[in-house]
Amino acid sequence: MSAHAAETTFPPDSFYDTGEHHPQNGTMLGFWLYLMSDCLIFAVLFAMYGVVGANYAAGPGPKDLFDLGLVAVNTAMLLLSSITYGFAMLEMARGRQNAVLGWLAITGLFGLAFVGLEIYEFAHFIHEGAGPQRSAFLSAFFALVGTHGLHVSFGIVWLVVLMVQVRKMGLTEPNRRRLACLSLFWHFLDVIWIGVFTFVYLMGVLR
Amino acid sequence: MSTADTEQAYDQRHVHSHHHPEGEAHGTFKGYVTGFILSVILTAIPFWLVMGDVLPSKQATVFIIMGFAVVQILVHMIYFLHMNTSSEGGWNMLAMIFTLVLVVITLAGSLWVMFNMNENMMPVSAHEMRNAP
Repeated sequence: MSAHAAETTFPPDSFYDTGEHHPQNGTMLGFWLYLMSDCLIFAVLFAMYGVVGANYAAGPGPKDLFDLGLVAVNTAMLLLSSITYGFAMLEMARGRQNAVLGWLAITGLFGLAFVGLEIYEFAHFIHEGAGPQRSAFLSAFFALVGTHGLHVSFGIVWLVVLMVQVRKMGLTEPNRRRLACLSLFWHFLDVIWIGVFTFVYLMGVLR
Repeated sequence: MSTADTEQAYDQRHVHSHHHPEGEAHGTFKGYVTGFILSVILTAIPFWLVMGDVLPSKQATVFIIMGFAVVQILVHMIYFLHMNTSSEGGWNMLAMIFTLVLVVITLAGSLWVMFNMNENMMPVSAHEMRNAP
């Protein structure tokens, strides 16, 4: 009778605790899965661009439109923002809150420069009559590059929100986790941009 | 830097550690700088090849810049995203491999099918129309 009573006092979780632990915090894996699904969105947009990227409808082609100098500056902005975010993560590991905030601010400024240059480029195209409705090539171009730019823009919003949170609550465990997620997101966008500048801009000008 | 080093080593040894719930290595200063320098080189060369019209063959240029892109993506994966086969007990890598399979199917399939559609169906001349069965 007493043995039976002892058995029923086990906490219910212990029944499933077989000793082999799952990763303690599923957030990083979950966020990675989100990034992979995002990767599929971009894969489909790349595929669409690959299919209709040469259909100019007698309109302007990549050679007439793309300014590779501008794209090179844009690429530099994104790459610099990647390493400054890396520095923010290193300061986070050391627990230096102000340094984290400083690097995050610099990252945000590089991100803003990137988005600003892209908006300038888009406005320039539309002004020249090369808007997304001009040809299949331009529709695919604006869809692909615009989706990437939108991701970076939302990344900046997220960055600002996290800066406010770090400022208010410090480098708490949840904030560290959030910064690690944004780090993945930010570096992931840089990876996508490698595909964009190679396949869209450089190979477009070569065509 | 040495603290970051030991912390990463700690993370790798204790993937299932209770005390370190982030489960992700933060990388090191050296790692980030290495990744950055490699990325700069791997970005500058393709831009130089295209903007300077360096190679006479366009085909060769295309293949070379595609190669550079693949290498740079790998550099970013390793130095910035800290990908390895043991993070999150290997599930990160498994999810990525699965995604890559889908990406390859999507890209190769779309390009292949649509290229053949273009080749075989698109331009129908008046002569072909008249002789159509």
